Amino acid sequence: MDSIAERLADKQKEISVGEFFERNKHILGFDSLTKALVTAVKEGVDNSLDSCEEAGILPDIKVVIREVDDEEYRVSVEDNGPGIPKRKIPDVFGKLLYGSRFHEIRQSRGQQGIGVSAVVMYGQLTTGKPTLVRSKVKEKDYAQEMKITLDTKKNEPDVLSKEVVLWEDKEHGTLFETTIRGLLRSGKHSVFEYLKNTAIVNPHARITYVRNGDTTVFKRATDQLPGKTKAVKPHIEGIELGTFAKMAKNSDRRKLVSFLVNDFSRISYNTARDICEEAGIEEEMKPRDLDVESCKKLLKATKNVKIMAPKTDCLSPIKSMLIKKGLKNVLKGYRPEFYAPPITRDPEVASGNPFQVEVGLVYGGDLPSDGPVRVLRFANRVPLMYKKGGCATTTAIQQIDWRIYGLDQKGGSGMPRGPVIILIHVASTRVPFTSEAKEAIADIPVIVDEIERGLRECARELRTHLNKKEKRKKVSKKFMIVKDILPMIAEKSANIVGKETPSLDKVMTNIMGVVYIDKKMEWNNGAAEGIIEIMNYTSKEREMSLFIEKPYPETELLDSSREPEHDGDYIEWKLDKLKPSKTSKIKFKFSNLDKEDIDGTDVFIDGVNETHLIGAEPLPDDWGVELADIHEED
Amino acid sequence: MKERHKNALRELEGIAEDIYDQLDEGNIPNMRIPTRTKNNIEFDDHQGVWKYGNSKSTRSAKKLKGARMILRTLYMLEFIRDMIGEDKSSTLREMYYISESWEKGKFNRQSESNRLAEDMEIVTDCLREDFKLRPEEDGARVIGDITVEEKNRKGEIRNINCRDDVGDSGYTIPYNVEEDKIKFTDTNVDFLIAIETGGMFDRLVENGFDEQANCLLVHLKGQPARSTRRMIKRLNEEEGIPVVVFTDGDPWSFRIFSSVAYGAIKSAHLSEYLATPGAEYIGITASDIMNYDLPTDKLTKTDRKALRQELEDPRFDTQFWRDEIETMLEIDKKAEQQALAKYGLDYVTDVYLPEKLEEAGLM
Repeated sequence: MDSIAERLADKQKEISVGEFFERNKHILGFDSLTKALVTAVKEGVDNSLDSCEEAGILPDIKVVIREVDDEEYRVSVEDNGPGIPKRKIPDVFGKLLYGSRFHEIRQSRGQQGIGVSAVVMYGQLTTGKPTLVRSKVKEKDYAQEMKITLDTKKNEPDVLSKEVVLWEDKEHGTLFETTIRGLLRSGKHSVFEYLKNTAIVNPHARITYVRNGDTTVFKRATDQLPGKTKAVKPHIEGIELGTFAKMAKNSDRRKLVSFLVNDFSRISYNTARDICEEAGIEEEMKPRDLDVESCKKLLKATKNVKIMAPKTDCLSPIKSMLIKKGLKNVLKGYRPEFYAPPITRDPEVASGNPFQVEVGLVYGGDLPSDGPVRVLRFANRVPLMYKKGGCATTTAIQQIDWRIYGLDQKGGSGMPRGPVIILIHVASTRVPFTSEAKEAIADIPVIVDEIERGLRECARELRTHLNKKEKRKKVSKKFMIVKDILPMIAEKSANIVGKETPSLDKVMTNIMGVVYIDKKMEWNNGAAEGIIEIMNYTSKEREMSLFIEKPYPETELLDSSREPEHDGDYIEWKLDKLKPSKTSKIKFKFSNLDKEDIDGTDVFIDGVNETHLIGAEPLPDDWGVELADIHEED
Repeated sequence: MKERHKNALRELEGIAEDIYDQLDEGNIPNMRIPTRTKNNIEFDDHQGVWKYGNSKSTRSAKKLKGARMILRTLYMLEFIRDMIGEDKSSTLREMYYISESWEKGKFNRQSESNRLAEDMEIVTDCLREDFKLRPEEDGARVIGDITVEEKNRKGEIRNINCRDDVGDSGYTIPYNVEEDKIKFTDTNVDFLIAIETGGMFDRLVENGFDEQANCLLVHLKGQPARSTRRMIKRLNEEEGIPVVVFTDGDPWSFRIFSSVAYGAIKSAHLSEYLATPGAEYIGITASDIMNYDLPTDKLTKTDRKALRQELEDPRFDTQFWRDEIETMLEIDKKAEQQALAKYGLDYVTDVYLPEKLEEAGLM
């Protein structure tokens, strides 16, 4: 007679990976019809971007979605990547958990999804239709085309047809087309939003989106490919006990020291011996003989031993300039009045994985001002579209009192409100997500702290901008008084009492009390033409020098209405003495200046106290001091 | 040119001269006028009314708003000077429309130009009639046995009995009720009731309450115009007619009473011309709401705010008003005059008013 245990055991059937995911579609990101389309596009686009970058190709990606039936869409993603060799195509598209990046420690997009094969499976489950794949490698004259489905029981591809086709005008690339059940919506969680955000943090990509025949193109904003990432060994700092124990168990090293030196990054032989000594564990023992207690001791010991921070060349931050370009490229329709210089923080370590935070902030213009700020969240250059509430980015934003930076925020916590878009990018060899769905970054204190620091840096820039704007507003009001209203008051009162209109010079300087610098730059036939007006609305005669920094070393001063005192990295003009209520003017021309940098030239003034200066900055104390180039050794 | 206009012109030119001199000396021009808020009204023991205190506000051209106000003042001044010179007059509304062409000195709302005209009255110690400005609202109505001698637009003298020579809508109070326009030749009434709403005024007329109680009925039409208040004041002061005020029972009606009896904050510079210190409030009070069990509405948020403001208003700082305001806040209810119709159309003239007037010692 069978025991109860045996009978129960008989009922337990093995289920394959495929069957498991079939029953747990939400893990793959297919939990709603709207999300299904976003996920399908995301898997394809992530793959395309990764493969293009690995091959050093500027990505050119085309996404086409067409409704073919009620709640049924044909989705295709086409790239100009290196292509996939014929023999690998079935596995890439027809086998779950198959991928080159799966076991590596490096920054890549691919770690965020289960892969494009999940899309193939979802399509066949919901519409019964196979996925068409076409791929061409550079070496071949023709492309390979296959129709593929996935055998969920065996987790193996089924190739239904194979064909060789010509792919005109395509040197190399991959296209897949699948039919899935879904719902095409617009708004925050739409395919459009996903692609738009992808374009922001991937300014090197050109992305075309065709939605039921309507085409949107996100143009490439730079030809600079992101730095290549390298695979690295884990860093011991903050690694979890279980992971450490497992690594020790599986290690082939014969001695504990060599395990520490070879299986981890940044541990020298001496450091490894220090760790063993600190832990009181024999350095010669076999790592696979370590028990959990010893592992614990070793990890504890690492806290008291100085270990070099992990190498960060495995990370590929977007970097300030490209974030700005990406934001400008996609958001220019809002005509924002201010882009805070994006911040790329130094890399830090969380659980043995290096990570790096980048933050950007855009303010004003036509951005809606009556709601909470908008947050664009990214992990390894992939937009995070869901579970905003449980994300480290949200925690960091909400724990800042934004009121001191000039935004509305109820009670100084929670989401600030105002015409603001905040961009947060976390790059890491392993982004710690809150769940398998990989939609939110876990609230790990060191990560939240880094995000908060980055946010504060941007926020300070915002405050400075708002202060300047406020000051300008005050001054423009005063301008209105002295330019429009006061002369009329003088004229009217003189008319009523029957006397001559009085001189207003003194009253005007009394009201203004500042030296006002007005800089106008215009783009004219490939050169930037500038006019700087200096108006002395103070009661004293002023002797001033005016400085402007050249935006680029190659920028040349072509023409100047006044001979400059200095013309090098910066230009200095010495002005004639300027009496109260008098105006002086300088005209000049710059060559080799980008049109978009035209407003970037700041004016500095020497000879006027900051409190009496509007429209320019006082000359910094360290102006003109040549700094020696400092190179930091790694 | 009449003496009052000549005097006004002299005063107005003084303002312009002051501004001119400041400019000529290189100073930022400014104007000082009494602060026109409830924090700056003081009780004048001598006249028994509330007037502006000593606190002054400065309008300086250093600020955009102040500069604009000074420019507007000069525009208005020029406009008034021209009107006096050409012997024309205009309504406040007309002036507001004319200001459309005053460029940087134009007004955004008529309330702004009205207020500036009041400012000029305060600074020059003149009346807006001296500036040839008049309100556009039609005057309120009066019914009862008094006879006025009015000089009409053709300069003819007419004697009008406000009960027998008028229709059911009564005698309309003109905007100028000074001696040169109106004299009281005969007054045969024991007292005067000032009534807030047209509905109640018509009810008392239809019920013949003016004859029943031998009184004069005056329609206030909400917050009463200057001429209505001036007319009441003159009847009270010159003819010795006691005045009672009958309004809805809500915070806004309390304010109507206070502007009749104590003077309005907006026109506190004219309180001695306009306010009737002896006027008495007969209802609807918060106690009436309870005693007569009247149909009510719940107080709104703004009602409650207004009541709380009144508790801090020096004009309402008496035992009677503190009790009434606190009671109203407590019961959280307000009632209209016409709520009395709950007991029938004649209830107000047969029961309510006789009771209340007896309390006041008038019936």
